Amino acid sequence: MRKVAADPKGVDSGSHFMDGDHALAEGALAAGCRFFAGYPITPSTEVAERFAERCPHVGGLFIQMEDEIASIAALIGGAWGGQKVMTVTSGPGFSLMMENIGLAVMTETPMVICNVQRCGPSTGLPTLTAQQDMMQVRWGSQGDYRIIALSPDSPQECFDLAIEAFNLSETYRVPVFIMTDETVGHMHEKVVVPPAEQIEVLDRNWYTGPKEDYRPYDFTGNLPAPMVKAGDGYRFHTTGLTHDERGYPAGSVEVHKKLLDHLIGKIDNNVDKISKTEDSGLGDAEVVVISYGITSRIAAKAIADGRKAGIKVGAMRLITVWPLCENRIREIASKVKGIVVPEINMGQVVLEVERVVGGRCKVISVPHAGGAVHDPEVILDAIKEAVK
Amino acid sequence: MNAPMTDEERFRKENPMSEFLRMERMPHIWCPGCGIGTVVNSFAEALKKSDLDMDKVAVVSGIGCTGRVAGYMKFDSLHTTHGRAIPVATGLKLANPDMKVVVVSGDGDLTGIGGNHFIHAARRNMDITVICVNNFTYGMTGGQVTPTTPTKANASTTPYGNYEYPFSLPFLADACGATYVARWTSLHARNITNSISEALKHKGFSFIEVITPCTTLYARRNRLGDGLDALQYYHDDSEIVHGADTREVDIEFQSKIKMGTFVHREKPTYLEAVNTHYANVIGDEYQLYGKTTPEREAEKKAQEQANQGSK
Amino acid sequence: MWEIRFSGFGGQGIVRCALITGKACSLYDDKFSTMTQSFGPEARGGACSSQLLVSDERIAYPYVTVPGVLIALSQEAYAKYEPELGDGGILIIEEELVKPTGDANRVRLFPVPATRFAEELGNRLFANLVVLGFFSAITKAVSADAMKKALPGLVPDRFLKVNMQAFDKGYDYGLKALEAEGKGSGASS
Repeated sequence: MRKVAADPKGVDSGSHFMDGDHALAEGALAAGCRFFAGYPITPSTEVAERFAERCPHVGGLFIQMEDEIASIAALIGGAWGGQKVMTVTSGPGFSLMMENIGLAVMTETPMVICNVQRCGPSTGLPTLTAQQDMMQVRWGSQGDYRIIALSPDSPQECFDLAIEAFNLSETYRVPVFIMTDETVGHMHEKVVVPPAEQIEVLDRNWYTGPKEDYRPYDFTGNLPAPMVKAGDGYRFHTTGLTHDERGYPAGSVEVHKKLLDHLIGKIDNNVDKISKTEDSGLGDAEVVVISYGITSRIAAKAIADGRKAGIKVGAMRLITVWPLCENRIREIASKVKGIVVPEINMGQVVLEVERVVGGRCKVISVPHAGGAVHDPEVILDAIKEAVK
Repeated sequence: MNAPMTDEERFRKENPMSEFLRMERMPHIWCPGCGIGTVVNSFAEALKKSDLDMDKVAVVSGIGCTGRVAGYMKFDSLHTTHGRAIPVATGLKLANPDMKVVVVSGDGDLTGIGGNHFIHAARRNMDITVICVNNFTYGMTGGQVTPTTPTKANASTTPYGNYEYPFSLPFLADACGATYVARWTSLHARNITNSISEALKHKGFSFIEVITPCTTLYARRNRLGDGLDALQYYHDDSEIVHGADTREVDIEFQSKIKMGTFVHREKPTYLEAVNTHYANVIGDEYQLYGKTTPEREAEKKAQEQANQGSK
Repeated sequence: MWEIRFSGFGGQGIVRCALITGKACSLYDDKFSTMTQSFGPEARGGACSSQLLVSDERIAYPYVTVPGVLIALSQEAYAKYEPELGDGGILIIEEELVKPTGDANRVRLFPVPATRFAEELGNRLFANLVVLGFFSAITKAVSADAMKKALPGLVPDRFLKVNMQAFDKGYDYGLKALEAEGKGSGASS
C-alpha cells in the first residue's frame, strides 16, 4: 500500500459543529473519495446532500442515480475506472444493494458503503434509530464471503472511520461498511478535521509490471492482487462468475474453493490488523458490556451507575463489528462471570458473541425492538443479573 | 518438425479479429445459428475501422447469452449482474471520462430487469454506446418471454402464446432522450458495423438494436426453422427506412421489420452538462477530479526543487 | 453539566436555537456539547423539540435525563415538557404564547416578550435570537461572545446584524430579569 498525504482540496480543516451524516461525507472527501453515486433515503440523505454541495469545489463528481441498485453498480464501474467511491443508504436501499455487494466482493472492488440504520422490517419507522442491519451486512448477499463493517459512536468518529474505511477498502479490496444509525447520523457534536498533512491516506496497490503479466486476482497470499484502472492498457476482465486469477470464468469446483478460501482468508487471516475496539475497566471486571455504535454511549451510563453501585463492570466497544475480534472476546469470557450485549435489534451480534464465548461465561442479550435507544436502567439490570 | 496446427489452433492464430478477441477463451458458448457472433464481429470490425485508442475502449455486459460478450472481447471488460451493465458503464464513464464505454446486452437483460437503468441513461444522454442483441427471448435460462417478445409468439413461460404487448425499443430509446437510435437485423452485418462506427463517434447516448435469431429456443419453439430461415426472413421482410418515426417501427410476430438510423441528433452529454453548469456556477476554479495524487506529488517535488534552487 | 431542552412548534427555529448554542459551547467556549433533535412527523408542526447537553467532560449518554433548563415557545410544548423539568429548574417562556399552568414555585420562571421585541426590530422571525440572548443572560451556560461568534453560517448573512441586535435585546432583558428575581419580584414588561 502507498501511504500518501490527503489532498488538501478535500480537507475542510478546523473545528465544526456537525452531525454524523455530514461528518461521514467530510471523512470520505478527506480520504480522497471523489466519486459518489446515491439515491435519497431517510435518514442518510444528508450525506449525499453534503457531497453534492462539496463535490464541484473539490474536483469530484456526485450523481443521483435512479435507485440504489444503480448507485452501487455505478460504484463498481467507478472503482475500476480508478476512483475511490462511496454511496450511502438506509434499510430499504441497503436491501436493494445486496446483489451488487456480492458482485463487489466477488470482483474484489474497493468501495465504501454507509448505512445510516433506521427501524425495520420494511418501511418500519423511517425516521427513527435502529441497529437492525448488522446481520444483513454480514450475510445479506448470496454465497459465502467476508466484509468489513465499522460502527461509529459519534460525529467525530464518523469522520475518522470514513477515512479508516477507505484505507481498509483499498488495502483488502473489499466493500467496507460504515454501519451507523439515525441517532449518530443526526446528532451534532464538535468534529475536528485535522490539517491535510496529518491525515494518513492509503492508496490502492497499483500494478506497474509488464502488461502481459498482469493478473487482476491472486489467490495465494493474505492480500489481494494489485489493481489497474480502465484505460491503462491492461485489458483486464472481471466477472461475477467464479473466475481464475486472470479474471476469466472458470466453472470448476477446485477453482471455486481456491477463490472462496481467498475471499474469506484475506479478512479472517488479518482480523488482528483490521479489528479495533475501545476498552475500559476490563482489568478487574467481573462483567463486561460488549456494544457498538450509539448503544455503547447508552451502556456507558449504565456502566457508570453500575460502578457507583460497586459492581466491577467493564466495557468493550466494537469499533469494528465485522470481522468480530473472536480471540479477544474468548479471552474476556474466560475471566469474567458474564457478558452483556445490548443492541437496538432483537439480538443479532449477541448470537456471534454466544458462539464465540461457547459457554465460558454467561451471555445476556439486551434486545430493543428499535425506534429509540435503550433505557440505561434495562442495561444496568442485565449487568446486575450477569454478575450474580 | 513441428506438429501441424489443429483447426482450433489455426482459428486462434489466423482469425482476422484475433486482435479484438480473447482467443484463449475460444470456442465461445453460443449456439450454431445464433446472431450474437455477428454482432461481435461487426463491433470488432467497427473498432478496427475506427481511430480510437483501443486501450481506451471498455466493454460492459450483464447476464445472459449476450452478457458473455464482455468476456470474449480483448478490452477492459466487466461482466456484471443481470440488468446492471448500464449503471456500471455509467460509473466507469464518469470516473474515467477518457474511456469509450460500450454496453452489449440482450433484450431481457437490458429492458426487462435493467429497463429502469436504460431509460435513465437515455434521459441523461450518458455518453455510452448500448448495443442490444434482441432475440425476443431469455436464452440462457431456456426461452422465456421477454419485454420484446411479439404478441402471440410462444415462449416457455407463455406456452399458449404471448398475450402481452411488447416494447418497441427504438421508440422507447427515442422517447427517453437517446440521441442516436438505429436498428438492423443480424443479416445486415455491414450496416451494423456502419451504425456502430457512427455510434462510437457520436457524443451521447447511442442505441443500436440488432434483431437476431435464437435458433435453439425462440425459432424452434415457434417452428420458424433454423438460422438460415431466420436470415431468409430478415432478407425478405426487412425494409430500410432511415429517419422513420419511431412510433411506427414496432415489430409484430414475423411481421415486416423497419430498420435504419432512426434518430441522430446533438445534445450536450451528461458530463458536458455537468462541466458547463459548474464552470458557470463556480468559475475557472472548477475542475472535474482535479489533480491525481502522482500529479500533486510531482508538483510538490518540482516546487521544492525550485525553492532549493532559489536558495 | 447543563441539560437543556428547546421546544416550540415547527417553523419557530427551535432546532436552529439548539444548533447555535451547541456550536457556541463546543467551538468557542471550549466545552463538550451534544445536540439531538426529534425527526419525523413529530418535527412537522406540533411540538418540536431539540436537546442540548453542555459539559466540561466528554459526553456519553446523549439525551437529557432531568433538564435543568426548558425553553418553551408554545403552549403545547410547555404542556408536554414542563413536567420533566427538574425542581428549581429554569423555565423560559415566550410570554405572549405560553400561559403557565403549573406550580409557580416549583421552577424559576422567566417570561420574555420575544415576539414583540422581534417585531420592533422589523420581523418576528428574529424572536428566537431574542430568546437565545435572554437564555444566555439567565443561565450563563454559554458566553454571549461565543454565541455571537456562532451566528455566521447559521443565520443568513444579510440578517446577521439584526440577529445580533435581537440577541443583545434579549440578553439585556435577561440581565434585568435576573436582577429583578434577586430583588424578589418577577420580570415584568
